[in-house]
Amino acid sequence: MRVGLFIPCYINQLYPQVGIATLEVLEKLGVDVYYPSGQTCCGQPLGNSGYEEDAKGACQVFVENFKEYDYIVGPSGSCIYHVKKHFDIIEQTPDVINVRNNAFELCEFIVKILGITDLGASFPYKVGLHKSCHGLRGLHLGSCSERMDAHYSTEEDLLAHVQGLELMSLTRKDECCGFGGTFAVFEEAISVKMGKDRIQDHLNNDVEVITGADHSCLMHLEGLINRNKQPIRVMHIAEILNSSI
Amino acid sequence: MNHAQKAEIFNKNEAKVNWHDKALWYVREKRDNAAHGVKGWEQLRDLASGVKAHVLSNLDELLIEFETNAQKNGITVHWASNAEEHNKIINKILTEKNAKKVVKSKSMLTEECHLNPYLESKGFEVVDTDLGEYIVQIAKETPSHIVLPAIHKTKEEVDTLFQEHLGTKPSDGNPEYLTNEARKHLRTKFLTADVAITGVNFAIAETGGFVVCTNEGNADMGAHLAKTHIACMGIEKLIPKEAHLGIFLRLLARSATGQPITTYSSHFNKPTEGSEMHIVIVDNGRTEQLSREDFRSSLHCIRCGACMNTCPIYRRSGGHSYDATIPGPIGSILSPGKDLTKHSSLPFASTLCGSCSNVCPVKINIHEQLYKWRQIITKDVEQPVVKKTILKMTGKVFSKPKFYGLAGRSVRFMLKYAPRFLVYSKLNAWGKARELPQIKNGNFDQWYKEKRSK
Ligand code: SF4
Repeated sequence: MRVGLFIPCYINQLYPQVGIATLEVLEKLGVDVYYPSGQTCCGQPLGNSGYEEDAKGACQVFVENFKEYDYIVGPSGSCIYHVKKHFDIIEQTPDVINVRNNAFELCEFIVKILGITDLGASFPYKVGLHKSCHGLRGLHLGSCSERMDAHYSTEEDLLAHVQGLELMSLTRKDECCGFGGTFAVFEEAISVKMGKDRIQDHLNNDVEVITGADHSCLMHLEGLINRNKQPIRVMHIAEILNSSI
Repeated sequence: MNHAQKAEIFNKNEAKVNWHDKALWYVREKRDNAAHGVKGWEQLRDLASGVKAHVLSNLDELLIEFETNAQKNGITVHWASNAEEHNKIINKILTEKNAKKVVKSKSMLTEECHLNPYLESKGFEVVDTDLGEYIVQIAKETPSHIVLPAIHKTKEEVDTLFQEHLGTKPSDGNPEYLTNEARKHLRTKFLTADVAITGVNFAIAETGGFVVCTNEGNADMGAHLAKTHIACMGIEKLIPKEAHLGIFLRLLARSATGQPITTYSSHFNKPTEGSEMHIVIVDNGRTEQLSREDFRSSLHCIRCGACMNTCPIYRRSGGHSYDATIPGPIGSILSPGKDLTKHSSLPFASTLCGSCSNVCPVKINIHEQLYKWRQIITKDVEQPVVKKTILKMTGKVFSKPKFYGLAGRSVRFMLKYAPRFLVYSKLNAWGKARELPQIKNGNFDQWYKEKRSK
């Protein structure tokens, strides 16, 4: 099984440690991982802003980069969701169809494809899980509070096996953080208010570290935490799964 | 003003935002609890969505069937292709009946047609009898929510308003006292009304009858006391059979307020002896929406308001920030179909979190339709030059790995070395309340080249 590692643009440039943790986790699990050079972006920021047409080039580059792999794995639910859901704007060649079918968010790949939940990690902190909307309601990484389905959560399954980690429950289990891509700047006031409210929920429930499977949400929350100097920090779930403190 | 600007103003009073958010979240939680009590809730949603899809594909025949059956029952049926015709029809009936006073129960359609100001300009007295609607009417405002029209008002604000208009005593916003005073006042309106206007929740093709749901019983009170009852409905309110009510009534009440059943589900089938019943069936842009394949299912809506209660943006920006008759997520996919330019900011007033689609009892894929409207708006409505240029350039950069490498490096360089006042300038909306990410030494590409080059 050959796996192509997809490191979303903003993680590549701004959060290399998340990319490194993702790669190391996959390597530890014995996965044959490759990182195709020449990756750019899945085109999500364009599509969500209404410029899907202009994202076609990015989609083509993505497919070219990843068409030869059995699976494409990346540490960002929203980017993977974009590939699966919105790559319908380019011609549906067998390569495009394969790439769309075989793209997986990291946690889902580990739990569903590899069938592993215990990664032997340890992380002795009180952790709050931020369920990114695209991962949750788009990729169905877990049950949603709105729906009357039985409870499940891919990320919780993984975190439950991390030694020393205490998963704190939240008052609003899966409310959006307000990042939303360009929403964060074009609807600045609401975006900030939503982020503040999310952080407060974690603080109220004694969380020390907010984690999640989508670093764009965490980037937004981190920006607020740092500005307001709050006693809480963010870490991508790959970093927690890769840690042995 | 666009949605973002109005939302920013609403957010100047954070305590009020918190209150508004909590009040609606409370309704959302009540809905969750109520839905949990129904075995097969998700199947019920599937069924409802299926019935509505069936209705929309057979609208022509079902409308005729409904009309025929209603006429058989002695109801007069009128057809209006737009708001203007709707208002004229009502004016004509009122004039023929020599009516002066009209009581109205909740109907978003008449809001959409701006019936109240029209009738007032013709000299009729129109009183909204739903308590929430009554509050916004005397405040000279519009509803900010389709089920809870006055949710933007605190009870203290209502107290002040009633002191001005009803001469009540200051009561510190005592809900029982205020409701009671409103009831007394409305009672005389009911008793002296010539005509009652109601909305329609469900019109049943098979029987020609219709159902109106209220919690206050004001639709019944109005319709039974007045000699003439006019019910206004959009063409999409139809359901094929009475048996289908079992699906919709269960979904509606729980989704709207978390009640197992609306307090009054009134079935109207024919006029009583000596009185008249009219139905006005209105298109007003609905067939056009029906013709847009991507947006057709927006007509499934049964106006329960659940998508508003769950929407994290609606809860924090208030209904008036949408500047449309129907606010919130559903409004944001309906309104662009009516006036794309005026409502072009609405599909962007969302993070596309998808919570609306998940609560919707008739399974409208609201957030996907928001995404689709965005693609249309950037093509058909003039966009701010800066936004457009940046995004178009970004598209080019992402399609060329070499450009991208360069661009990535320069952004990182900027963030790392540019002076703080430059990075956190007025132009940077991100940095108004948030820090930008701290730049690590290298990017992932560089790290990989060094550490893993095989
Ligand atoms: S779109 Fe769905 S959730 Fe929103 S008001 Fe209509 S029926 Fe209710």
